[in-house]
Amino acid sequence: MPTPEKRESTDNQSVGIVETKILKLASLTLDNGESLVPLELAYETYGELSAKKDNAILVCHALSGDAHAAGYHRGDKKPGYWDFYIGPGKAFDTNKYFIISSNVIGGCKGSSGPLSINEKTGLPFQSAFPFVSIADMVNAQEKLVSHFGITQLFAVVGGSMGGMQALQWSVAHPDKLRNCIVMASTSEHSAQQIAFNEVGRQAILSDPNWNNGVYSNDRRPSKGLALARMVGHITYLSDEMMREKFGRNPPKGNIQSADFAVGSYLIHQGESFVDRFDANSYIYVTKALDHFSLGIGKELTKALANVKCRFLVVAYTSDWLYPPYQSEEIVKSLEVNAIPVSFVELNNPAGHDSFLLPSSEQDSILRDFLSSTDEGMVF
Amino acid sequence: MKNNTIKNHIDLDLTHRPDISYIAKLIQTGERVLDLGCGYGELMWLLKRQGVRVQGIEKDDRCIIQCVKRGLYVHHGDIDDGLQHHLDKSFDFVILNQTIQQTLNPGEIIKECLRIGKKVIIVFPNFSHWQIRFSIMISGKTPVTDLMPFHWYDTPNLHYLSNTDFADFCEIQSIKVLKTASFNQKREIHFLPNFFAKLTLFVIQSD
Repeated sequence: MPTPEKRESTDNQSVGIVETKILKLASLTLDNGESLVPLELAYETYGELSAKKDNAILVCHALSGDAHAAGYHRGDKKPGYWDFYIGPGKAFDTNKYFIISSNVIGGCKGSSGPLSINEKTGLPFQSAFPFVSIADMVNAQEKLVSHFGITQLFAVVGGSMGGMQALQWSVAHPDKLRNCIVMASTSEHSAQQIAFNEVGRQAILSDPNWNNGVYSNDRRPSKGLALARMVGHITYLSDEMMREKFGRNPPKGNIQSADFAVGSYLIHQGESFVDRFDANSYIYVTKALDHFSLGIGKELTKALANVKCRFLVVAYTSDWLYPPYQSEEIVKSLEVNAIPVSFVELNNPAGHDSFLLPSSEQDSILRDFLSSTDEGMVF
Repeated sequence: MKNNTIKNHIDLDLTHRPDISYIAKLIQTGERVLDLGCGYGELMWLLKRQGVRVQGIEKDDRCIIQCVKRGLYVHHGDIDDGLQHHLDKSFDFVILNQTIQQTLNPGEIIKECLRIGKKVIIVFPNFSHWQIRFSIMISGKTPVTDLMPFHWYDTPNLHYLSNTDFADFCEIQSIKVLKTASFNQKREIHFLPNFFAKLTLFVIQSD
């Protein structure tokens, strides 16, 4: 299959200017029995909810993502992270569907998380924020969906951590979705995935400013967080992509501490990440990822025994962080349960990040899987 | 998509393919079917219209995209290692329509199919068709035919077998043969099938 194409001019295919909204509810009871008071959830919507409220698609983001999936925030030059796929006439066609893009709890992009103010102390929770799981993130989203009066989503979709959320949706709320699209994801992290996250967390913990997760804005553990991001970023790319993009070229820009372009790129990625992400959140969200487990093999088959929607599972040959075998594991368990599922392995060379990039094959698969929903229900 | 020639709604009438219509008649509404090497999903689509619960396995990227376009359920992968997870007798039928000659270990795959399927339908090009026999005899070359339109150096076909070969195989392996049928391009034939059949169909079951 060809490499991802350069993006065409899509001005008339943009959802235009959008803004992130916050839903504030009294509380959310977490899996571990603790409560989030209040529950705040950041989200964006694109398109119109139909009168029957049957055209809503929930989009779930990955580790460092946010609610801004499509269109432009006022004054921004860059669109939302999945603008290639969300908009009028695009795969997630906003002329047809009502898209809800939800941020996760535990993060730092407007939803309840370590930066939220603890009502008891008047100070940010920071590392006193309760542990949140992927299941908690999904239960928070479920409240958002109910807030719109939607009893059944047309689809839930996500890549990487978003894929885990989509999968969790199908298990925890089987009657509330018709389609589940899981991309570049897994039913549980492998030792290798946990290992990379552990290195990231240890980098943060070893920063002199860490102070057990209690830090002021001008003394944040930025070095540690930047290092964590650098490690993460390596795992999101592929050998082929790195070779093509950087090779052994000299450093670019004003980062002189690196000998090679790949080094200066990673340093830049790390440095810009600390401006938009919180170290505590990085630890909370990577822990949520590592602890998510629907099992594998027979255990996974049992976990997926009561799902009711149809599935599309997409993996990428070049993704060595979430290798295709993990996606296939999900597919096999669904097949054993006689659940309708299609599994597609795309040949995009960009590694784990592939699901974020434009690809005509991916576009076609997403679009066609959704549009064949009614006929596909006969199974 | 580069290949826009195949539309979302297929006008293709496959009932003229004698093997396809024969298979469609063997399968009842509501039965669960696995189509191995399902290609663009023509047979699956026909079965689905009949209310059959059908899923496929296919390794070709373009085929997978078209199958999804047709609202079919496909598993992108290789049948040589894609069957182990299925439970015993979990399908009413497992279909190998002109697939078996392209697999690495046909014997093993047939054994797996018999394990996971209550019945197995297997269709293959009959290598002892008279035109093939004469072609080898007269030209002294590996035959290139309408059903196997490849040269020795570019063919996906790894195995060549005849009607009689497969009957022997079933006998040696103690596989129960429930039905056999032979076809030329247009219809089922009955006279000297090992000589006149282009396509051979067996319905088999583990004993």
